[in-house]
Amino acid sequence: MSNDDLKKTPLFDAHVAAGARMVPFAGYSMPVQYKDGVLKEHLWTREHAGLFDVSHMGQARLRGENPAKSFEKVVSADYQGLKPGKQRYGVLLNEDGGIIDDLMTARPDDDGLFVVVNGACKDNDYQIIAETLADEATVERLEDRALLALQGPEAAAVLAAHVPEAATMVFMDARALTAFGVDAIISRSGYTGEDGYEISVPADAAERVWNTLLADERVKPIGLGARDSLRLEAGLPLYGHDLDETVSPIEAGLNFAVGKSRREAGDFLGAERITKELAGDLSRIRVNLKVLEGAPAREGAEIADADGNVIGKVTSGGFGPSFGGAIAIGFVPPAYAVIGSQLKVIVRGKPAAAEVVASPFVPTRYVRKL
Amino acid sequence: MRFTKDHEWVAVEGDVATVGITAYAAEQLGDVVFVEVPEVGKTVAQGDGLAVVESVKAASDVYAPVSGEVVEANAELGDAPETVNALPESGGWFAKLKLSNPAEVDALMDRDAYEAFLATL
Repeated sequence: MSNDDLKKTPLFDAHVAAGARMVPFAGYSMPVQYKDGVLKEHLWTREHAGLFDVSHMGQARLRGENPAKSFEKVVSADYQGLKPGKQRYGVLLNEDGGIIDDLMTARPDDDGLFVVVNGACKDNDYQIIAETLADEATVERLEDRALLALQGPEAAAVLAAHVPEAATMVFMDARALTAFGVDAIISRSGYTGEDGYEISVPADAAERVWNTLLADERVKPIGLGARDSLRLEAGLPLYGHDLDETVSPIEAGLNFAVGKSRREAGDFLGAERITKELAGDLSRIRVNLKVLEGAPAREGAEIADADGNVIGKVTSGGFGPSFGGAIAIGFVPPAYAVIGSQLKVIVRGKPAAAEVVASPFVPTRYVRKL
Repeated sequence: MRFTKDHEWVAVEGDVATVGITAYAAEQLGDVVFVEVPEVGKTVAQGDGLAVVESVKAASDVYAPVSGEVVEANAELGDAPETVNALPESGGWFAKLKLSNPAEVDALMDRDAYEAFLATL
């Protein structure tokens, strides 16, 4: 794809003006880093507040008699039980129980469901969702909205100065409200492991909201490079890397994405496989690895047991700036997925010692109660 | 100092060439967090992989700009990989090669030619 074919978010000009390095991502021209670079941007977010443009992600409304009931045919989460003002993680499944995408669904008001999906997957997702809802409910893509994420320990204080109501929300609350003078949907969530918010606003207000937040000296713009290292340290899987159509939510350690009521009913795609896996019958499971020596193990590196037999693969890996070392996410048979398990990662043909560690690598700081 | 289109530099003293990456390359890579330098005694041909430099985001190969035998590797980069960003064209060198074909050096770009090449990127 040439650069001319890339789509632009409503914040493209703001990124370029801020000195961002723009790269193709999910069909968009997106900032991978600004002038400070990935390392400083990562650490700034962990210490203060980072502002991310995630407008490439898909935003949609599902409306109808009971859109959650229709939607549950293709997702494993309990969305009929989702309370007003709350948001819940879920996975879109294929018939084999593999993950087509992971997503967030909220009930921010009484206007159906608000769904946020990955940018690279959104066209396919919407097609599947539309076919599933058929004549029971509708899916409306909100192409005229931008999505900003404000993340970090100072995010709450920064946003409260403009949107006092944000301070009354806890982790995974989601509300439609008037903020910055426009109709906004705000959730207290994100993908960095930090406290923070995702803020959906009309596209024509995006640059004003972006600049308003950046005017606070606690806030800096953060690119996709640091977004990736932040989510890796938080032990959060990334679609297209740690998750794909062959991986089930149980293999991925996302058991919570299969709602309790749904397990009892067994009424989701791939229920046979997933029910077996929930009972412990599975061939691989996601683990967090600390690389004890040498270079970072990147996506695609093989994982071996202590004797050198290949048992799995790294699906995400790199250097964790806050962790202070090389870390990776990968898949291995359950027998090896024990904290303290001594394994090897093969980097450029050379085995290096690695150890299974707990997730997350860096403690998360979600605000679960006020 | 001479330069390649892959943004390596060589500085020759007698029959030994010191090899590193240019300030432009270091800036493009971003924060270097790990460097794999070659073992002393290894023989490389021009264009072979010589070192690997890792930023937070990705691993990049550093190719041998000239052929020769590795006579010294920069051990300091093990503890201080950030030197590649701080001093790319001096303290951040990767290896010293004993030249096996000194004529290769003359075929590389000089500073003016390299600057002109950068202007085309």
